[in-house]
Amino acid sequence: MIPFNILVGVCLTYVILLFGIAFAAERRARRGRIGWLRSPMVYTLSLSIYCTAWTFYGAVGYAARSGLEFVTIYLGPTLVFVGWWLVLRKLVRIGRTQRITSIADLISSRFGKSNLLGVVVTVIAVVAATPYIALQLQSVTLSFGVFASDRPEGWALPNVNGTAIWLAGGLAVFTILFGTRNLDANERHHGVVMAIAVEAVVKLVALLAVGIFAVWGVADGWQDVSARIDASPIADWPLMPGRWIGLTFLAGTAVLTLPRIFQVLVVENADERHLATASWAFPLYLMLMSLFVVPIAVVGLSVLPEGSNPDLFVLTLPLAMGQEQLAMLAFLGGFSSATSMVIVAAIALATMVSNHIVTPLWLYLRQGGARAPGDVRGLVLMSRRLSIAGIMALGYAYYSLSGGSAALAAIGLISFAGVAQILPAMIGGMFWRGATGRGAAIGLTVGFLVWIYALYLPSFGSGGLLSEAILTKGPFGIGWLRPHALFGIEGLDPLLHAVFWSLSLNTFCFIAVSLLTFPSPIERMQGLAFVNVYEQGPAPRGWSRGGAEAEDLLVMAQGILGAHEAQEFFQKEAAAQGKADFLPETTPDFIERLERRLAGTVGAATAHAMIAQFAVGAAVSAQDLMAVASEAQQILEYSIQLEAKSEELARAARQLSEVNDKLRDLSVQKDAFLSQISHELRTPMTSIRAFSEILMDPDLPGGMLQKYAEIIHEETIRLTRLLDDLLDLSVLEARKVQLNIKVANLHDLLERAVQSASNTRPERSFTYQRDLPMEHMPIITDTDRLVQVFINLISNARKYCDAARPELAISVRKRGGRLTVDFIDNGSGIPKKAQRLIFEKFARLTDTQRAGGAGLGLAICREIMVNLGGTISYLPGQGGAAFRVSLPVRPEVQLRQQQAA
Amino acid sequence: MGKNVLLIEDEPHIAEAIRYVLTRDGWQVASHGDGGDAIEVIRRSPPDVLVLDVMLPGRSGHEILADLRRDPAFSDLPVLVLSARGLQHMPEGATRVMAKPFANAEVVSAVRAMADARGRLE
Repeated sequence: MIPFNILVGVCLTYVILLFGIAFAAERRARRGRIGWLRSPMVYTLSLSIYCTAWTFYGAVGYAARSGLEFVTIYLGPTLVFVGWWLVLRKLVRIGRTQRITSIADLISSRFGKSNLLGVVVTVIAVVAATPYIALQLQSVTLSFGVFASDRPEGWALPNVNGTAIWLAGGLAVFTILFGTRNLDANERHHGVVMAIAVEAVVKLVALLAVGIFAVWGVADGWQDVSARIDASPIADWPLMPGRWIGLTFLAGTAVLTLPRIFQVLVVENADERHLATASWAFPLYLMLMSLFVVPIAVVGLSVLPEGSNPDLFVLTLPLAMGQEQLAMLAFLGGFSSATSMVIVAAIALATMVSNHIVTPLWLYLRQGGARAPGDVRGLVLMSRRLSIAGIMALGYAYYSLSGGSAALAAIGLISFAGVAQILPAMIGGMFWRGATGRGAAIGLTVGFLVWIYALYLPSFGSGGLLSEAILTKGPFGIGWLRPHALFGIEGLDPLLHAVFWSLSLNTFCFIAVSLLTFPSPIERMQGLAFVNVYEQGPAPRGWSRGGAEAEDLLVMAQGILGAHEAQEFFQKEAAAQGKADFLPETTPDFIERLERRLAGTVGAATAHAMIAQFAVGAAVSAQDLMAVASEAQQILEYSIQLEAKSEELARAARQLSEVNDKLRDLSVQKDAFLSQISHELRTPMTSIRAFSEILMDPDLPGGMLQKYAEIIHEETIRLTRLLDDLLDLSVLEARKVQLNIKVANLHDLLERAVQSASNTRPERSFTYQRDLPMEHMPIITDTDRLVQVFINLISNARKYCDAARPELAISVRKRGGRLTVDFIDNGSGIPKKAQRLIFEKFARLTDTQRAGGAGLGLAICREIMVNLGGTISYLPGQGGAAFRVSLPVRPEVQLRQQQAA
Repeated sequence: MGKNVLLIEDEPHIAEAIRYVLTRDGWQVASHGDGGDAIEVIRRSPPDVLVLDVMLPGRSGHEILADLRRDPAFSDLPVLVLSARGLQHMPEGATRVMAKPFANAEVVSAVRAMADARGRLE
């Protein structure tokens, strides 16, 4: 016998183990060693969340009650996977190209990025998933109960509801910990997927073990089992073709429309080719899962006492035979099935709730738009966490309300029928360009309401949420509105009846309204992108012209993607356009790509709305759509070529004009430089000459002599420093500088710089924000030169930062072999126009007295960094003045050059 | 009682030197270091002679001079412009121009000469 404490202990140990696996996988992924984490097998195993506790325990119960009918639950998905190239491949391709985050996002994105549709699908998915989550809680609670019952010396389950509530809470915590670490759905949840793959193995092994035990441990092999089947009522179940076809269809639909399956199938898909493996491996997995269902049912029926719950045979059979270890394994299998389903479902639903309900609502309430960085990211994370908790709470509420009594299979099928309502809009959206958002919205709503009325509400039992009278006589005594006999069609199985009416009316409304309404430009465009997803070529653009300020977009993107991701994205885009800094031209193409990148985090509708507030009036027009609408393939191909050419030309032109600008600037600069040099040299010389003449005056008052000699001395030093800087700069510019490469700790270098800079405006209090643990890293470079750059940046911040309480944040980051050090102060920053100029010689922005230097500091810094194989750049969009120093941790090239020389 | 000289110069050392030599020559010297509000300072207490630097923070000496000459009250004010960028172009409106570095004696004689010329006209 297994005491309660041990059972709970085993569960906890198992969860901690999973946690460890998820954590390790996450770490591996973060270090870039994704490798086998993303093998087709892991993908296939993660798909096994289709097999929940319902399949694990319920299939045996189903077989004991209704014979072979349970096979339909496996048959549906098998057919969909065997025919994967028909629907699945297209679905996954669309998901990847459009950066779809959830099934609600898919529908919303397809029908013109309409948030209304996102909300409708989210509501359907949440309502439909609730019974399913309740089902998992119920099965685990039941399995706990099995160990408690019928044991005089044993323990009694303290409180059934208590177990369920602990379970729901624990799962919520686990899901929050691992499901909301990464914000971008396209970054994928490596840890969770890995843990689920492990759980898939555990449940398969457990079920096979119990099956083998039933066939060879209890019965005498296959022959005995088949004799027992012949003798059992299972052999007598009549085959009902209607129900078979209906259930197979429903299960096939479910594998496409269940939010959690969509999550692993589409969102977490790393490579389209994995589908090819899954197309045979997943059906194989299902087959193995179903192999021993009937033997366990038959053996259970014949061995266990009359009236035992067949939903729990997987557990009670080994227990009754005294096989406690096996029962334990079976228990863990069921536990795995339940937990993996709940975790993934909660992640998928939370993404939908936060992207389609919370964030748009927040955007609407703010009106002004999300211009402040940071807050969107925090909001999305928080709303996802709260959504997870909320969804678990709903599942628990359903569990308590429904009394936890219905057979497992019945509850599961209700959920299937609910999410099946998404099918017409999904398939229609993928294959029919004429489908419109209004059609989808009306179809979905009608189907959903019929499902609620005919299946969901009655599931609470008569006298539950619907009164007995409504169930038997119809509302207000209207017979043809009875939930189980709509339009007077009686005698049909309630499930099939509801599925038939909800899906028929849904599809009818969808098609009819689509035919009657006209798609909006953006719907038409998305329709084309979905239906013709296999056709290569430039995607139709949602933005006819750019016009938004790149810096505004960067600030917004930083709020959503996180500072580093956003900067990287912008820099890459700028580089692709042939520009050197962080801000790309806001071309329509760029805005389109940015929108898609953002959609990976907050969903298509929100991303579109957020971009729209910056690119006002730039949304696609009817004229832009002319090209899109032209269906002649030749024209399309021709225009694709033209577009590619013109893009290439535009890029070349942009590069040329940049070079041209630079040349012109250089020539102007040369004149300005000479004139500036003259000024900088003449100014100290003027003082020196004037005061030396004064000193020659024989009548000079005695006290003045000392003072004027000091001024001469001071000005001579200033002159020397200027000449030194000029010489330094010319040596650096000629790349003739002798580097003195040493190994050092970056922290020590920064410390030196902070110390040296402390005599700049020492009277002012100045705070540093530093990340000391990160700073401790070895670096091989010319340390004196690097410190010179640091001193310059820190002194500049001390000199120019105009905040009331000046602060400088120094943050260090290492990626690959490169090191970046950011210096960001909290002042008002450098005006956009001046950002281009600051690294030029004598580009002093303020007056001489305050600056003190000659305006060569940043120019020297830039040259030093070039010599060290690195860069220094101004980082826009940070609020204050922000500089990024980036250099290799070890200067391989230079070392080799030095050795060669 | 000498006449008034106003010195607009942002480099404190240069300002101090000029002030010294002119004071010794018997002038009343006031000085101001910012170009932005130089016009207001000139209007508040109009000098007999103005010594004006070209490179100033806020506003350049050229701009200040142009503004000054548009005002009839200052159209004939003697202005000595000091330039640290060489003398390639004579700034419009200047009475005299002098390159930095200069000889102290030259500044004194230039200021005197300008003041005398104006005194004769009046």
